[in-house]
Amino acid sequence: MYSQVIDEQPVSSDELNAQEALFQEKIDNDIKIEPRDWMPDGYRKTLIRQISQHAHSEIVGMLPEGKWLTRAPSLTRKSILLAKVQDEGGHGLYLYSAAETLGVTRDEMYLALHSGKAKYSSIFNYPTLTWADIGVIGWLVDGAAIMNQVPLQRCSYGPYARAMVRICKEESFHQRQGFEMLITLCKGKPVQKAMAQDALNRWWWPSLMMFGPPDADSVHSAQSMRWKIKMNGNDELRQKFVDVCVPQAELLGLTIPDNKIIWNEEWQQHDFGEVNWDEFYNVLKGNGVCNRERLKARVDAWEDGAWVRDAAKAYAVKRQRSSSL
Amino acid sequence: MSEWPLWEVFIRSQHGLAHRHVGSLHAPTSEMAVCNARDVYTRRNEGVSIWVVKSADISASEPNNKDMLFEPSHDKIFRHPTFYDLPDDVDYM
Repeated sequence: MYSQVIDEQPVSSDELNAQEALFQEKIDNDIKIEPRDWMPDGYRKTLIRQISQHAHSEIVGMLPEGKWLTRAPSLTRKSILLAKVQDEGGHGLYLYSAAETLGVTRDEMYLALHSGKAKYSSIFNYPTLTWADIGVIGWLVDGAAIMNQVPLQRCSYGPYARAMVRICKEESFHQRQGFEMLITLCKGKPVQKAMAQDALNRWWWPSLMMFGPPDADSVHSAQSMRWKIKMNGNDELRQKFVDVCVPQAELLGLTIPDNKIIWNEEWQQHDFGEVNWDEFYNVLKGNGVCNRERLKARVDAWEDGAWVRDAAKAYAVKRQRSSSL
Repeated sequence: MSEWPLWEVFIRSQHGLAHRHVGSLHAPTSEMAVCNARDVYTRRNEGVSIWVVKSADISASEPNNKDMLFEPSHDKIFRHPTFYDLPDDVDYM
């Protein structure tokens, strides 16, 4: 890549700056950056980190729900959940492929995840204790993901933007099946409605954490927004999420576990309580309820599946040999 | 005389869109294939980027297997958002 330039002649910083200025001009004019285009090293590195984290989240995100596949209360619900988990595996694939166009290999990304070096969304380190958790995950967790992903369809990197279009299209079913399940539970027996309320109580705050720390504490935000690989501020999206969820909770007849939520007439939005950011950073550091369990399940799946990969490879070698005879 | 290999041509019509298959042509090398594709397939500003792939390198599904491959998804209507009835007053979903 750029190292070739060093072999020939050193590039003056003016030239480099001119290249970067041209790059920024493209982005300002909403022209997509494609894999073979010149891009600053920082843009490439930040995107690799961002897209691979996104991919890891989809893959690890299969685990909390996967636990309920064999416990679904009906065949229909089981088929639906299976289809949703399948989709998430697919989303992981779209995103890993988008990251690979930036020069990182699939193995490098897996290794970073399995060694604990790479991060994934904090939300997946919480346990799924009851069936109602599956409904609340669809409503809140997928709802928050959609809110974050819809604007990313317009991000500056072509392969990432196109992956997002596909993902958003599929994600809509995820949220709707969750909300519809909650409507069913909330219209059911008191014990079923109580189960839905309990799930909301446990998932509400972790869902708000999904948008990331307050903008004031967010390290890389300004540059990422200039590069259009981050389209909105964390606080802005979090506010939008709360405003959308309040009437939806009312419709279900459930109470959001935050007594500071109140409509602010002046600002035309809801005021709400303070997120426990110590908990957020603690989960990121690896000390959430399920961090170890999730990583172990992921590593075990990879290692237990080694014989399948080996067999597929052996078969390919065998076919190659017989066709060259 | 052995003829030049066949290349499948893919054009990105505008920034942000994926490459789409537009046709094919014969050429002795990939470079020549790109040049010829430019001359044949982008005479009227059809594209901003060209991909060529040797036709022989494309693996495709068998048309005869169409039912076997795609029929199973017909009855999985729960994969579509419209399968779920929500009250009219639910916004943003």
